[in-house]
Amino acid sequence: MAEIAAPSTAAATLPQDLSPLRAFWAAFRENRGAMFGFCVVAVIVLLAIFADFVAPYAPNEQFRDAVRAAPMWADGGSARFILGTDSLGRDMLSRLIHGARVSLFIGMAVMSVSFVIGVLLGLACVSLGNAVDVAITRVMDLIMAVPSLVLAILVVAVLGPSLTNTIVAVTIVYLPRYVRLVRASALTELGKDYVTAARVAGVGPARLMFSTVLPNCLSPLIVQAALGVSDAILEAAALGFLGLGAQPPTAEWGTMLADAREFIRSNPWLVTFPGLAILITVVSINLAGDGLRDALDPKMRRS
Amino acid sequence: MFRYLLRRLALTIPTFIALMFVTFVAIRLVPGDPVEVRVGERGISPERLAMFRHELGLDQPVWKQFADYCVQLMHGDFGTSLATNQKVLTEFAALFPATIELSLAGMLFAVVLGIPAGTIAAARRGTLFDQTLMGLSVTGYSMPIFWWGLLLIMFVAERWGLTPVSGRIDLIKYYFEPTTGFMVIDAWLSGQAGAVKDALHHLVLPAIVLGTIPLAVIARMTRSAMLEVLSEDYVRTARAKGLPAWRVIGLHALRNALIPVVTIIGLQVGALMAGAVLTETIFSWPGVGKWLIESISRRDYPALQGGVMLISSIVIGVNLLVDLTYGLINPRIRHG
Amino acid sequence: MYRLTTAKSKFALASLALAATLAAPGAASAKTLVYCSEGSPENFTPALNTTGTSFDAARPVYDKLTQFTRGSTQVEPGLAESWTVSPDGKVFTFKLRKGVKFHSGVNGFKPTRDFNADDVLFSFERQWKDDHPYAKVSGGKYDYFADMGLKDDVQAIEKLDPLTVRITLKKANVTMLANLAMDFAAIHSAEYADMLAKANKKEQFDQQPVGTGAFSFVMYQKDAVIRYKANPAYWGEKALVDDLVYAITPDPTARYSKLKAKECHFVIAPRPADLPEMQKDASLSVINQPGLNIAYWAFNTQKPPFDKKEVRQALSMAIDKAAIIKDVYLGAGTGAKNLIPPTLWSYNNNVKDYPHDVAKAKDMLAKAGVKTPLEIDLWYMPVQRPYNPNAKRIAEMMQSDLAKVGVNAKLVTYEWGEYRKRMQQGEHITGMLGWTGDNGDPDNFFFLRGCEAARPGGQNLSKWCNKEFDSRLEKARATADMKERTRLYTEMQQIEHDDAPDFKIAHSVVYEAMRKEVTGYKQSPFGSHQFNGVDLK
Repeated sequence: MAEIAAPSTAAATLPQDLSPLRAFWAAFRENRGAMFGFCVVAVIVLLAIFADFVAPYAPNEQFRDAVRAAPMWADGGSARFILGTDSLGRDMLSRLIHGARVSLFIGMAVMSVSFVIGVLLGLACVSLGNAVDVAITRVMDLIMAVPSLVLAILVVAVLGPSLTNTIVAVTIVYLPRYVRLVRASALTELGKDYVTAARVAGVGPARLMFSTVLPNCLSPLIVQAALGVSDAILEAAALGFLGLGAQPPTAEWGTMLADAREFIRSNPWLVTFPGLAILITVVSINLAGDGLRDALDPKMRRS
Repeated sequence: MFRYLLRRLALTIPTFIALMFVTFVAIRLVPGDPVEVRVGERGISPERLAMFRHELGLDQPVWKQFADYCVQLMHGDFGTSLATNQKVLTEFAALFPATIELSLAGMLFAVVLGIPAGTIAAARRGTLFDQTLMGLSVTGYSMPIFWWGLLLIMFVAERWGLTPVSGRIDLIKYYFEPTTGFMVIDAWLSGQAGAVKDALHHLVLPAIVLGTIPLAVIARMTRSAMLEVLSEDYVRTARAKGLPAWRVIGLHALRNALIPVVTIIGLQVGALMAGAVLTETIFSWPGVGKWLIESISRRDYPALQGGVMLISSIVIGVNLLVDLTYGLINPRIRHG
Repeated sequence: MYRLTTAKSKFALASLALAATLAAPGAASAKTLVYCSEGSPENFTPALNTTGTSFDAARPVYDKLTQFTRGSTQVEPGLAESWTVSPDGKVFTFKLRKGVKFHSGVNGFKPTRDFNADDVLFSFERQWKDDHPYAKVSGGKYDYFADMGLKDDVQAIEKLDPLTVRITLKKANVTMLANLAMDFAAIHSAEYADMLAKANKKEQFDQQPVGTGAFSFVMYQKDAVIRYKANPAYWGEKALVDDLVYAITPDPTARYSKLKAKECHFVIAPRPADLPEMQKDASLSVINQPGLNIAYWAFNTQKPPFDKKEVRQALSMAIDKAAIIKDVYLGAGTGAKNLIPPTLWSYNNNVKDYPHDVAKAKDMLAKAGVKTPLEIDLWYMPVQRPYNPNAKRIAEMMQSDLAKVGVNAKLVTYEWGEYRKRMQQGEHITGMLGWTGDNGDPDNFFFLRGCEAARPGGQNLSKWCNKEFDSRLEKARATADMKERTRLYTEMQQIEHDDAPDFKIAHSVVYEAMRKEVTGYKQSPFGSHQFNGVDLK
């Protein structure tokens, strides 16, 4: 899917006086897969934002006369419910659209919180002395030692299953990545001349961190954040599947899959659609994220 | 080298202690009482409840319970499961081979398919094969494996009847004592005709499901690593010398490309454990992942504590091994 | 169980196994019945357990003094071939069966004598006496022994001669014979217990069971499989297959797939959603029976306005029971009108259930002086129970039904243990729960509405005390005359219906599915599974 020419050619084709943003966009556009992913994500985001207007019905409205109706194109389906209904007679299409809202919300929430905390902790490691560094790194090692799903389940078991607690659990699980990334990038930057120069010039440590070092660590961080959204969505769906995520009647894709598992033989549509929704969303975000990575920093290109 | 090893080992000790403490505290915080949760509609009299809690040591102050637990751990006793009254270590040991077998099979699937695929994609960069592979790869690691497993069971096992649905072996045809706990090995040891084939047959689908994400990651990683290596000077030199393409790629390039790939393989172990939880649940595979989930809903404190500690220790151990291997392969850090 | 053998002995074992399997005729030529069960047993001593899964796993291996006829709630002789009850109902004398043999070869045990009174004494004293050598082994919790009233109410258990045992109770209890047919009263081998105690291996007693049952234990691989083989010397209804295998398969869909693929012959708890497909399949047969259970929605009669009978009756008419059966039970339930299910003797079919009549409900509420909107709470269980597949869904449906008569119900739940405790304390205004019968005696259900159970902490969740009802309850407990008891219970059901201390939701219907080749299986009202007398064509 990635059709990127070798680094030297790209540098040659892009005019050197384009602003970094335009250069980035031009490189991004070249990547067909990334564009495709980006467009799909955009569509999903729009659907999520305007869910109330786009969805044909309310996601929790139960139509007792049309329980487990088939999708429009199958036997017994009708145009009334394009994708059929679930076990309580709720419209599948509406629930999928509202589910996009929930999943994207979880993904964005996890990403932002772990981004902020990760940056703070990572920078703290680097600037507050060795003891703090060791302490934080040990804690991060600890979190990484326990398999992600097991840890998430433990956290949710302690706090109780709900949407908020899912966000907390997944944030904790993915935090180490951000912290390590910021720490590693910051350490590299700190060795560089411009930082030494700034220090000599009398820039205070806080300002040093935030205005000098951080902006130069941003590239890998942004990529991690973008890809982190998709990881968070997958993890949250897994929790929902195990019954530990958003509770019914909230329309969350993983929870919908859990409800539908009973009907895997009798009404396979109930299982297919939420899973497809998760797959399409996560693939698109990953494609867009990869394109982001390739376009932002040629040195980081994995091709 | 030795110093490096010692240093890495020393660093894991505080992690262990922290792990012990955190699992202990977290599990105590889980709402629900291990005695109450097993009581039915009849209920239980307060006196009997108090008696049971006393026997389990639950009426002691928390710090004392923790101290007792630490002492216990020093003696290698990971506690006694509340559900079955068996030692947690015994239960874990009985179930762990199944998880290892599944993880190994999954990893084998991922490596055997992933490395060649990634290599060929790198060699034929930009072609349809390459693009398809990359597309499949992204789909692979975006896959919600609980859904993927259900789909595969629905089609491959049920509709097309190509593989069995669940379990590790055909219980009607084959009966042998579990000597090692690895069904394939035990089947081979038993000497019964067709047993090994049957065990492998049962392993196929769960291994594919578990190995899908590692496969996608490994294929991709191999491709990137190969691409970097293939553009190196020494490769171009070898090609210019007239060496056949396969020899250049297979012998020279691959060996160097493997360094980051080995790291990735090692790092997948943690992911495999997490994936095993979901895979074992879907395929009714009697391993530690499923056992852990059940222990949570049963509020089986000792089993949960012991299980999390044991699994995490193993993950830490494997990571240590990977670090060492990396240190061995990569001469640059050998003398760190 | 898992044997931790040394590497050397493992290898020796492997070689032996290799030789043995090469020498012996293949296991495949024997008839093997595979039962797909849903979970792992905690151990193999029913006295220590409370779950159906554990009972099912131990059942093939043991017998009891009395037993339920396969497929019914009738009590018949077991290891006790006859008994006499004293006129005051307190003394039970059992004549034990002669020539019954314990299994030989399990865990290296070879019995040197037949079953006798010592075994009966061992089996009960272990559960009864705190100082018994085996009392604390494997956790030492004998829930059913205590719950069925044996711990506090037994005065003495005596051996009169090697084949006679006498049990004396402190007060008359006609249900004793039914209680002794329950799983916890399984008879173990005192000789095996001694052998293990001498070898200092007491914990193996509950992991590798020895009994007198139709099958003997072969091996258990944790979470995977349990194997038994037929006991050719069995005194009762023999096993018609050679080997019995429990394939532990927690996922209902997987069980169904295995059934179709002939990987198992019998499955427990098929998914209601799969039933229509199963019933159409000519290679399978599906049977069903209302379970010995009840799901109900209790009104706390001590909290106004539920102290008024009219209010309770009105709300009973506000709920659409049929929709609940259809959407939540998915047909695997029948609407309930009495506390006991139709399969239990003394069921009163003449009781007329409250109709679903929203207009009348509103009317009655108004007449009772209730100002709408009325705020109440509605407690529901957080876990699935045998009588209630999804309490949350039912609660949501009830909530929307109640809204139509001007009642706002707030849904409340707690962790299972917490939930049950609080409801027994009477903290709720209304709440759901249910009951599964233990011994097939109506008293085992009706005590739930007695005055004694209405105290705080008791199981009468309506906290309802009705003198008419309660006096009949006491009388029925004291007499052994079936006709008299039936009459009393019949009247009690009508009294309960008229006073409406709760809204009866449903009895779950238990479905079982098996391959057509399986013959001779009889479904038990208790939901237990028994495979002697079952053949594979």
